[in-house]
Amino acid sequence: MMKRKLTIPRMKKYLPLYVMLAFPMAYFLIFKYGPLYGISAAFKDYNIFKGLFMSEWVGLKHFQQLFGTPGFFQALRNTLILNLGELLFTFPIPIFLAVLLNELNNEPFSKSVERIMYLPHFLSTVIIAGIIYQVFAPSGVINNMLMKVFGGKVVPFLTSPGVWRVTYWISSVWSGAGYGMIVYLAAISGINKELYDAAYIDGAGRFCRIWHVTLPQIRPTIVTMLIMNMGKIISIGFEKPYFMGNVMVEDASSVISLYTYRMGLQAGRYDFATAVGLFQSIVGLIMVLLVNSIAKKLGEEGLF
Amino acid sequence: MANVYDKKWSPFQIFLMLFFGFICALVLLPIINIIATSMSGKDAIAMGKVRFWPVDFSTDAYHMVFTDSSMIRAFFFSFFLMLVKMALSMIFTILAAYPLSKRDLPGRNFFMLLITITMYFSAGMIPDYLLNKSLALINRFWVLVIPGLVTAFNLIILRSFFMSINQSLFDAACMDGCSELGTLVKIVLPLSKAAILTLSLFYAVNRWNGVSDIILYIQNPKFYTLQYKLKLMLDTIYIPYEEGIEQTVTPENFKAACIVFTMLPMLILYPFVQKYFRKGVMIGGVKE
Repeated sequence: MMKRKLTIPRMKKYLPLYVMLAFPMAYFLIFKYGPLYGISAAFKDYNIFKGLFMSEWVGLKHFQQLFGTPGFFQALRNTLILNLGELLFTFPIPIFLAVLLNELNNEPFSKSVERIMYLPHFLSTVIIAGIIYQVFAPSGVINNMLMKVFGGKVVPFLTSPGVWRVTYWISSVWSGAGYGMIVYLAAISGINKELYDAAYIDGAGRFCRIWHVTLPQIRPTIVTMLIMNMGKIISIGFEKPYFMGNVMVEDASSVISLYTYRMGLQAGRYDFATAVGLFQSIVGLIMVLLVNSIAKKLGEEGLF
Repeated sequence: MANVYDKKWSPFQIFLMLFFGFICALVLLPIINIIATSMSGKDAIAMGKVRFWPVDFSTDAYHMVFTDSSMIRAFFFSFFLMLVKMALSMIFTILAAYPLSKRDLPGRNFFMLLITITMYFSAGMIPDYLLNKSLALINRFWVLVIPGLVTAFNLIILRSFFMSINQSLFDAACMDGCSELGTLVKIVLPLSKAAILTLSLFYAVNRWNGVSDIILYIQNPKFYTLQYKLKLMLDTIYIPYEEGIEQTVTPENFKAACIVFTMLPMLILYPFVQKYFRKGVMIGGVKE
């Protein structure tokens, strides 16, 4: 690369740009890189009176404690179960729907389908949890309909930890399938139409066109989405389990982010909670890098 | 539309339409059930009669929502917060995207790296909290605005858009030495209206729907947003009761009305908003 000298006239030319850039960069440095200092709390005995800087270093004490705490393992297990289930359901369904919708030969109809299915993406987690609680309640419409058709007892969608997980996954599919479908439809719309024509002339049937044209063409998008999902396998945003959970399903809904919140902000154990969060960030990062390099080895493009 | 090989009313096409009709029903019916419940009478709800149409039509629950001044207050506060956050976020995003779209800016790749890293790694909930605490932001209005001011993803989208504008276009327009700020305001921004509107909506919808920062940082009811207020309403099992007046509203009824009230602004704006979000998905899909 050619190095150009930063002479005074050149600097003068760029000065206004650097002044502009200074404001957002200050934001990134303070609010995105500033908290990195707070990570040191994970290796200290945080004393609220001494402040973080003056608190004593304790090395890996909190991490040792972490791996001896049942609550942490429960949170880890719940996070993995909820995320793996979500991956199993919410990952393939949008691909399936997008490919099928692409086969529809009726523009106004498929545009309306897209619009309707995209709607729940715009509702907040509070609203989604609120709707799920009303609809799946013991006296709610789903239990009513199930009892009418099959008879029997009320299904404890919201109160039995095992069934609650299924309810959680259903809500994820309900709120996320439309968005995922749109992502894949965007990828499909970029496919060269001549590929389909060529396949058609060669006598390829519908299934053959899907298998040999559509799916291979959207493979980079599928891989990208998969890498991103794998990176998130150990982290669940704290909003959804927080709003979807309740006292009776605590054994299934306590995930790492929620555990961090309870330990840190509710119990005031900032140091321990920081260690929990750090563990989550590091495993998450390793997962992204790992899946990314596996994808690259398999000949895919990868994220970076 | 890839499929132009089928006849419009072939059996497979009809099957597909039925299938997607069913899927759309699955998406819409829970919302319709909530709306129906919010407008039904208390006995019909208690007996589980309400499905997808109001039974014993009644607006008492809405009457209760609208007479609750804290709910109305939260609505206006949320709206105000959304506008402030959106405006500041856009200003900062533009201020970063424009210089970084200049291919010859020294240090550009370094700045981009610093920004991109924040998409993949964050310090976590507690370090964020400790930082905001040390900046005395806890329980303040600005804690809902500043910590999430710029999203790296949005910045990258806007930068790609600026880079796609023909540079020579505004070099020529600014022959007689107008300033960088002048170029940005007079030439670049008018050319990027659609991108700016799309990103503004990204920021606005995120702020409107976001609640986790309120749970983490806010105790003062003055700063409760509508979404958080809804959460509090959904948590209450009992509903306000006035002496001597016969109760006509059940908790389910009242909660459903609260959900509909909170959902309404988004449902009304949805046709407009979704168009731009879909464009955003397209841009995001083709980023460098």
